[in-house]
Amino acid sequence: MTLQERQLLLGDHAVALGALHAGLSGVYAYPGTPSTEITEYIQASPIARQRGVHSRWCTNEKTAMEAALGMSFAGKRAMVCMKHVGMNVCADPFVNSAMTGVCGGLVVVAADDPSMHSSQNEQDSRFYGKFAMVPTLEPSSQQEAYDVMAKAFALSEELRLPVLLRLVTRMAHSRAVVNVSAEAMPENEIHTPDDNWVLLPAIARRRNEHLTSIQTDLVSRADHSDLNRLTTVGTPKVGIIACGIAYNYVAENLPDMADCAVLQVQQYPLPAETIRTLARQTGRLLVVEDGQPFVEEQLTGILPNEVKVDGRLNGALPRTGELTPDNVRAAMGLPARELHAPSQNVVARPPALCQGCGHRSVYDSLNEVIRNVYPDTKVFGDIGCYTLGALPPFRALNSCVDMGASITMAKGAADAGLPHVVAVIGDSTFTHSGMTGLLDAINANARMTVIISDNLTTAMTGGQDSAGLNKYEAICLGLGLDRDHLFVVEPLPKNMPEIAELIRREMDYPGLSVIIPRRECIQTLSRKAKAKNK
Amino acid sequence: MKKDIILAGVGGQGILSIATIIGDAAMSRGMYIKQAEVHGMSQRGGDVHSHLRISDRPIASDLIPQGRADIVIAMEPMEALRYKAALDPQGWIVSCAQPFVNIPNYPEADAIIAEIKAFSHSILIDADAIAKEHVLPRGVNMILLGAASKVLELDVDTLAESVSRVFASKGDKVVESNVKALRLGAESAKTGCGR
Repeated sequence: MTLQERQLLLGDHAVALGALHAGLSGVYAYPGTPSTEITEYIQASPIARQRGVHSRWCTNEKTAMEAALGMSFAGKRAMVCMKHVGMNVCADPFVNSAMTGVCGGLVVVAADDPSMHSSQNEQDSRFYGKFAMVPTLEPSSQQEAYDVMAKAFALSEELRLPVLLRLVTRMAHSRAVVNVSAEAMPENEIHTPDDNWVLLPAIARRRNEHLTSIQTDLVSRADHSDLNRLTTVGTPKVGIIACGIAYNYVAENLPDMADCAVLQVQQYPLPAETIRTLARQTGRLLVVEDGQPFVEEQLTGILPNEVKVDGRLNGALPRTGELTPDNVRAAMGLPARELHAPSQNVVARPPALCQGCGHRSVYDSLNEVIRNVYPDTKVFGDIGCYTLGALPPFRALNSCVDMGASITMAKGAADAGLPHVVAVIGDSTFTHSGMTGLLDAINANARMTVIISDNLTTAMTGGQDSAGLNKYEAICLGLGLDRDHLFVVEPLPKNMPEIAELIRREMDYPGLSVIIPRRECIQTLSRKAKAKNK
Repeated sequence: MKKDIILAGVGGQGILSIATIIGDAAMSRGMYIKQAEVHGMSQRGGDVHSHLRISDRPIASDLIPQGRADIVIAMEPMEALRYKAALDPQGWIVSCAQPFVNIPNYPEADAIIAEIKAFSHSILIDADAIAKEHVLPRGVNMILLGAASKVLELDVDTLAESVSRVFASKGDKVVESNVKALRLGAESAKTGCGR
């Protein structure tokens, strides 16, 4: 028996340690809640340091995915981590990595955020696994998350396919005691693939043929996987399909249940034969899955069904929002508990920009100009701490859609003839997905003002390195920006009149300007000060 | 033994340190633990909470079912009341008395305090005043934890050992002041001066 030790690990940490113990050679990621702590754990890990495991942050999820595929090409085990919307950014290389196939094991971790604790939507990454036709794993506990990593890499290498690992916030950001191995597997030696990774149509067609031909095998593997387990209580009258972390909410209520069967699903594509048997035995299924009705839709379809399927689609569970032990309890037909009446003395306490944050001075100046000079113009925002500028007291933003959209949307609005438009984007968001949009705007000399609010870090996710640090002026000029319309200012309250005047002048200029207010994030500043005093 | 605990406060008040100490103490007793946190956007001055479950038997759900929490430990009185419906009928509120007002529509503080005092099982502690008196500016959360030790069924010595372990990397001075804060909190809850 291998030596084991008990550790209290965050779900993200369990994934990270599981990967390191499975012989990981590189993690590639852009920070995003709730996935950030996977990469941070590896960055701080002694094994990773000793082995020289790659863990430096990437510019965005697409560059991360492609670099990981390159590491896999060279025969090493690689992992890519991101929040769910990052899957949209890396969708092109992700889907096509199923076409090339992999050499060294490649695990793609997508951390979904049902209930949108820190996100703009609640898309379910399991659809990407099905879309790309690759196996998807969804651990139901921190222990399973640790244990599944070695299986994920082995499966990836055996099938020569990337494997998608899906987490949700309550798995990623929840701690539990995990038994971990005291030893790490060795890393792979460098070796390159024998097959052809050049996805020209003739080769891609062959690969597509292969990928579709192995789908029945993937289903059969799910039917026989030790990750998909069936337990029976009494004489089952209902079959509960509990996916990933949903299993825990079912298990919490199971002591009160009689006569049911529970199928714990942690590996997709769905174990079709197991589900057919379960449906035959019970005649009624309850699908409990966090996120969208991914499994439920596959079971129900459009045509009438002999088997009754309860879930999010028929209202047995809420259509949106994350699962809880309470809404799962109700769906299981168990009585609600008596509760204390909620207090009448409680109001919402929304998050806000920190006192002393540089973004505050930027919004104060911008608001002054808009209020006094251009009351009809619009400000296109982006994703980061500074999105909080949309809330009172600033109410300074008219949009926030996806990483980098501030610049390109402002350009589109300017193209349409909306005068004096402004884009507000953070430094890290700019290098993530704003640079290409700025090139479009520069080439068109669009009539707009871009504010790159630079706090020298990726602040919202906890102060990770910003890829373009100290390079912003050079990037803008390199893309062809007119030197006379590039400005750097220091966003301090005392400089507000000067900044407001600059913004007013450049908003009036019939072409493209970039203003870079630059002051270090006060959170990273105080962390640095603390580290220095230690 | 099973304790389902909701830790509540405002981003930056240090509820996760409380969770870490309780978690370490439970680990040292060989108990099972689950602790759900929310990171990210909510940490910027908004309300934050964490579900912490410790038990000598395996724990299924990471989240505490509504109406089943044994204790709400809150760094701030309005945040304590936010989780009233999460509490078991026999559950306890252990809260700091000092309001943290960072919103324009903060309710009448007296009404909040009165509601906590009227709650069947509650400990209200003026941890900020104790911290000030004993010059422990960063000790408010450990004073609160000390006050909660009575209902946690984890004795102060076990918690003090965990404080020493968890804060060890920050140096002896930090350990010393946090242990002192913890004991002060336990003492004041016992003498009832908090209530």
